[in-house]
Amino acid sequence: MNNYTKIIFRLQPNGRRLLQQQHKQISSPVPLLVTSIREASGGATLEYDAPNAYKLHMLEQGPSTHVSCNREEGLDYYKKMQVIRRMEASANNMYKSKLIRGFCHLYSGQEAVCVGMKGAMDKNDSLITAYRAHGWTYMMGVSVTGILAELTGRKTGCAEGRGGSMHMYAPNFYGGNGIVGAQVPLGAGVAFAHKYRGESNVCVALYGDGAANQGQVFEAYNMAKLWLLPCIFVCENNGYGMGTSSARASANPNFYKRCEYIPGIWVDGMDILAVREATRFAREWCTSGKGPMIMEMATYRYFGHSMSDPGTSYRTREEIQDVRKSRDPITSFREKLIQAKLATEDEFKNIDIEVKKIIEDAESHAQNDSELHVDELYSNVYSQPPPNFKIRGCDNFTFKEISK
Amino acid sequence: MKSVKDLVKCHSSIILLRRSFSVTSRALAEKTITIREAITQAMDEEITRDDRVFLMGEEVAQYDGAYKMSKGLWKKHGDKRIVDTPITEMGFAGIATGAAMAGLRPICEFMTFNFSMQAIDHVINSAAKAYYMSAGKVKVPIVFRGPNGAAAGVGAQHSQDFATWYSQCPGLKVISPYSAEDCRGLLKAAIRDDDPVVFLENELVYGQQFPISDEALSADFVLPIGKGKIEREGKHITLASHSIGVKLCLEAAKELEQSGIDCEVVNLRTLRPLDEDIVKTSVKKTHHLVTVEFGWPQCGVGSEIIARICESDAFDYLDAPPIRVTGADVPLAYAKTLEQNSMPQVANVIKSIKKVLNK
Repeated sequence: MNNYTKIIFRLQPNGRRLLQQQHKQISSPVPLLVTSIREASGGATLEYDAPNAYKLHMLEQGPSTHVSCNREEGLDYYKKMQVIRRMEASANNMYKSKLIRGFCHLYSGQEAVCVGMKGAMDKNDSLITAYRAHGWTYMMGVSVTGILAELTGRKTGCAEGRGGSMHMYAPNFYGGNGIVGAQVPLGAGVAFAHKYRGESNVCVALYGDGAANQGQVFEAYNMAKLWLLPCIFVCENNGYGMGTSSARASANPNFYKRCEYIPGIWVDGMDILAVREATRFAREWCTSGKGPMIMEMATYRYFGHSMSDPGTSYRTREEIQDVRKSRDPITSFREKLIQAKLATEDEFKNIDIEVKKIIEDAESHAQNDSELHVDELYSNVYSQPPPNFKIRGCDNFTFKEISK
Repeated sequence: MKSVKDLVKCHSSIILLRRSFSVTSRALAEKTITIREAITQAMDEEITRDDRVFLMGEEVAQYDGAYKMSKGLWKKHGDKRIVDTPITEMGFAGIATGAAMAGLRPICEFMTFNFSMQAIDHVINSAAKAYYMSAGKVKVPIVFRGPNGAAAGVGAQHSQDFATWYSQCPGLKVISPYSAEDCRGLLKAAIRDDDPVVFLENELVYGQQFPISDEALSADFVLPIGKGKIEREGKHITLASHSIGVKLCLEAAKELEQSGIDCEVVNLRTLRPLDEDIVKTSVKKTHHLVTVEFGWPQCGVGSEIIARICESDAFDYLDAPPIRVTGADVPLAYAKTLEQNSMPQVANVIKSIKKVLNK
């Protein structure tokens, strides 16, 4: 998962200057590389080559290693990643103040994956993931308020507080799933529906390095390939399945190579533009009738598995800090945008202030809105309750009549 | 077009249907169909009616179904609507559930419900709970169907009755039909229902003929989910049962006619939501209750019915404690005598009735 990127900024016709910069080594025995960043004047695009961003399995050609974005996209992606980062920080704090209960699995560090992938998805594409879902929930259209209020169990939460951290839904977004691996065949099923209806959409089905060993994942691979389902299977490999490193859980930790009959791409999941480019490639593959594809996003989570795991008993603090310093998806992207003169430090500071406000507003709802009335515990069991349906409560004297 | 000889071959208890609340007003139905035909027809009609309905399972397409339940469907509807799967229950139940979440209306066949245990996480955690957890955003209009309970001589692993496991779970609808009319009307209702339905058939009666009315053969014939049926009216004792247990009750009732004991047979039809009112009304009339099922005794359907009767005002109408007839509390043996005696027989029902009536 450790890698280094040699960054070369494409020269633009008028007025360039060459800057020399030391590129920090990322735990690699290879000596320091000198990278050259050419500053673009006029600053219309950020462009660079990322030759080590991908590894291919059963593919002659892969996604383009030349990636770019314009100012608008750059600022948008930055803001979205920052919203997710700050939202998860807020969840962390609220959990510690006991406003959030049960399970809470934070996405911090993995932002480039959800923001980058969504940047390549069509608005009618579908997505399903596991329980580390808050970042994806935001990208699939739920507001920060909808997420934080759901975490605190309020009726303004996106599932009215019925689901909690692991069960948030939106149009084309099938959660949030608590059972490890179950979301993968479900995602293949959503892809089946797209194909059945003749739609040119994909379903992105995400799972972690821990879930990658589930039998039902391979069952889903088999049927997806047999029936050429437009499903992109994405392993968000953050190196650890709870407290077990991928090396200790997987005889073959190259998750993109796990299927001998489905092509795969390993992607540097900390490089948002590489993620987006790879997703474009995979999407093109799947929607052209070639069947499924597997992607492995090499990423990292800063927090432990969940709020009850400090995350330091199975890895060192140095490792975590090292990734933060040298490979953080947000700071590294911001630096690139600044160096390409697409935006200034001040503009980023202003975005950060906007983001802070968004989170604070959401927190206010999450902390002050009320829960559902207790009678509501009986609703939404059936979408079509039969006539005169009644539900039993906790004793023989407690029944709720349900009528539709 | 059936000959008189065929009619006579029908199970003798069918004739008692004359006295039941039947959907048809005719005294004796002219046509008969088998359970198999009823189920095949119901699927065929619903697949024709709604583009979103499709059948998925092992051997359902080119093999015509392991028990020939989907005979002719693949030839008629093709690969897109009738889908053969590999032998991977967890995978295809998950795929079917995902397709339902995304707006299709799958019929997911388990070759037997014993194999559903491999996929039960999807039936319960993915399908049954989704509507509730999502506060109504995610519907799962799926039907899981297949044979449930014992067959003949297939051994313990292939003979379990899953009625109580599934009927315990909120969010599911669980149907356990008895007659061909039940199968037609309830399977169509299940496919048209927007909630996940578990449809428990019984392989032993797939070939059994039942009379069927023209109305029940019509394309839009649906029965209400959650409502039972009085298969035989009586005044001395209520026999509450489901699926193949109803057959046993009707046989016992017929035999007891000679002794002047008049049994009312309640066919529950649906296990969840359970039609407790039909049982209560019957108990208030007869003052005696025996429940009959083929599943294991502990935490069974009978346990639930009796608990509800005792918790309700119907308890005051009982003249004797209600008791249960169930399968024996053992894994099912292969040897014929052992197997037969592990499943309830008419003698068990008659003995229980006589005990309750103190005869």
